[in-house]
Amino acid sequence: MGRFLGHRLLGVLPVMFGVSVIIFILMHLAPGDVATVLLGPQATEVAKTELRHALGLDQPLPLQYGKWLLRTVTGDFGTSIATQLNVAALVLPRFLNTLVLTVASLLLAIVIGYSVGLFAALRARSVFDRVTITVTLLAGSTPPFWLGLILVLLFAIRLRWLPVSGMVDMAGDGGALDVLRHLVLPAVTTALGPAAIITRMVRSSIREALDRPHVRVARAKGLKRGALLRRHVILNALPPIITITGLQLGYLLGGALLTEVVFAWPGLGALLYDSITARDMPVVQATTLLIALSFVLVNIAVDVINVLLDPRLREA
Amino acid sequence: MTGPSMSGGDIALDVRNLRTRFGPQHGGVIAVDGVSLTLRRGRTTALVGESGSGKSVTALSIMGLIEPPGRVIDGTVLLDGRDLRTASDREMEAIRGARIGMVFQDPLTSLNPALTIGSQIAETILAHEPVSAAAAHARAVTLLEHVGVADAAARAQDYPHHFSGGMRQRVLIAAAIACRPGIIIADEPTTALDVTVQAKILRLLHDLQQEMHASLLLITHDLGVVASMADDVLVMYAGRVLEHADVDTLFHAPKHPYTRALLGCIAGIEDDRTAPLQPIEGLPPDLRNPPPGCRFAPRCVHAVAACTAAVPALQTIADGHSVACFRAMEALGDD
Repeated sequence: MGRFLGHRLLGVLPVMFGVSVIIFILMHLAPGDVATVLLGPQATEVAKTELRHALGLDQPLPLQYGKWLLRTVTGDFGTSIATQLNVAALVLPRFLNTLVLTVASLLLAIVIGYSVGLFAALRARSVFDRVTITVTLLAGSTPPFWLGLILVLLFAIRLRWLPVSGMVDMAGDGGALDVLRHLVLPAVTTALGPAAIITRMVRSSIREALDRPHVRVARAKGLKRGALLRRHVILNALPPIITITGLQLGYLLGGALLTEVVFAWPGLGALLYDSITARDMPVVQATTLLIALSFVLVNIAVDVINVLLDPRLREA
Repeated sequence: MTGPSMSGGDIALDVRNLRTRFGPQHGGVIAVDGVSLTLRRGRTTALVGESGSGKSVTALSIMGLIEPPGRVIDGTVLLDGRDLRTASDREMEAIRGARIGMVFQDPLTSLNPALTIGSQIAETILAHEPVSAAAAHARAVTLLEHVGVADAAARAQDYPHHFSGGMRQRVLIAAAIACRPGIIIADEPTTALDVTVQAKILRLLHDLQQEMHASLLLITHDLGVVASMADDVLVMYAGRVLEHADVDTLFHAPKHPYTRALLGCIAGIEDDRTAPLQPIEGLPPDLRNPPPGCRFAPRCVHAVAACTAAVPALQTIADGHSVACFRAMEALGDD
């Protein structure tokens, strides 16, 4: 187990390196540049060239990347070009805000997905099962930014039950209740897709597990329904469910981007969106690295759980 | 005393006219079509037949383990005068494992790979008796020893993938007999095992049955197994019982042409090695569209017009010997 974990953690480094290289290249391939963004369309070519020189952007790409890499491995993520703020100080609070939204959405998706999926699997081919399949298909293919707008229109503007956007009220005390009220709509918006995917995965793996021969053997032993489901169905159906849940967590950590923009949620996604628009390279790099790191770590956690669940893997 | 009659006192399980269908009322398949059988205490009854003849479905119907789209549509399954077909789910849970233990065909997939061997034996005990988990586990270890697993205390902590097929079947037998059921149903318990292991598993089942004075319903397609294990034999074909007799009668004076043909398919040690084995021509019928009359008629060398006109009923021709064949009483020559 220790060796397995060490091995997996070591594998994080090349992934991080690859991600940073790709992001670096992509940002330079994309049209537009920092100088134009910072100085505006009226700026003279001389001014722009001077700014590029001052920022070191006129150096060859490998050199730029090398410098960035050297700074980053020492823990210095640099300064935001657009805001002149320390990148780490900029990114970390945003990451915590995203974490709040992510945990809320994931809990929602898990509660819905696990219960509806299990119920549908146990009543295969029933009306409930069929409705579940249709609804999850629709929910899974609904674009979150569109859903967000519709929810805002309905619950915030028409019914005025919930705030339109933001994380706290300007005039409010910024307490937990305030955050919670602001959290409802973005959490529901981001949870819907993952809830649909988790529901379908729970449904199919429970159904598959129900068909295994040892379930019939357990029934022949006279096991009560609860013990039968717990020990012989759910336990065996868990690995794919854990895996898909982990993937959704990874997706939510980085992928709530558009939802954060729609709801003006001050998270990592909104920050990434702003800094890409502003060609703010240091912030883009730090943000994507953080997202990638969370994704990889979540995946490692998933693998560890699955190894713990399966005695055959545990001994390998 | 109004208890069981003298003749019924040793009856453990009485199955009458069992019918099980898969699929819709019209166009479905009647996999078990009017099977009756009686299990007696301390005796072994063999249910013999080819693949698809309805042997396993009969066992699952008795256990109440037929799942949709399958359904037991007729008949009674009497256990101590109680018809299991009318029993609730909860009553059946209390009966399965405690009163009737079942051993299945494929020991490789019959154990849960995620649970230890010991806990899979202990769970039978925990399902039926108010004992602590520790006590159930201790009994599981004793049971493992009893079915011939060496170093039982340590092996109980192991997972199924550490066990060979034969050892897994021993574990499954231990789990099936953990609550000392009066009836053991073994559905082709050795089919998936090596020949050398088969005999050991059968010997174990036999010893346990004798020791517990239990009834054993042994489902098999292997006539050699029948000869060495069974007291009574039922021969099934396409969902119906064609012949029922004690083991000696069945092997030495079989009446049904199908039974005789089956016996012609096996080679004995004293047989003339130069005489060819006699295969049965043709294939078992498609149960979605069964032939009229006797279901064996299309393959039967003795079939006459009457055989396809009506279904021959299972008739008693001697004490403990019944046959479902119009020509059973005629002296039919060898085919």
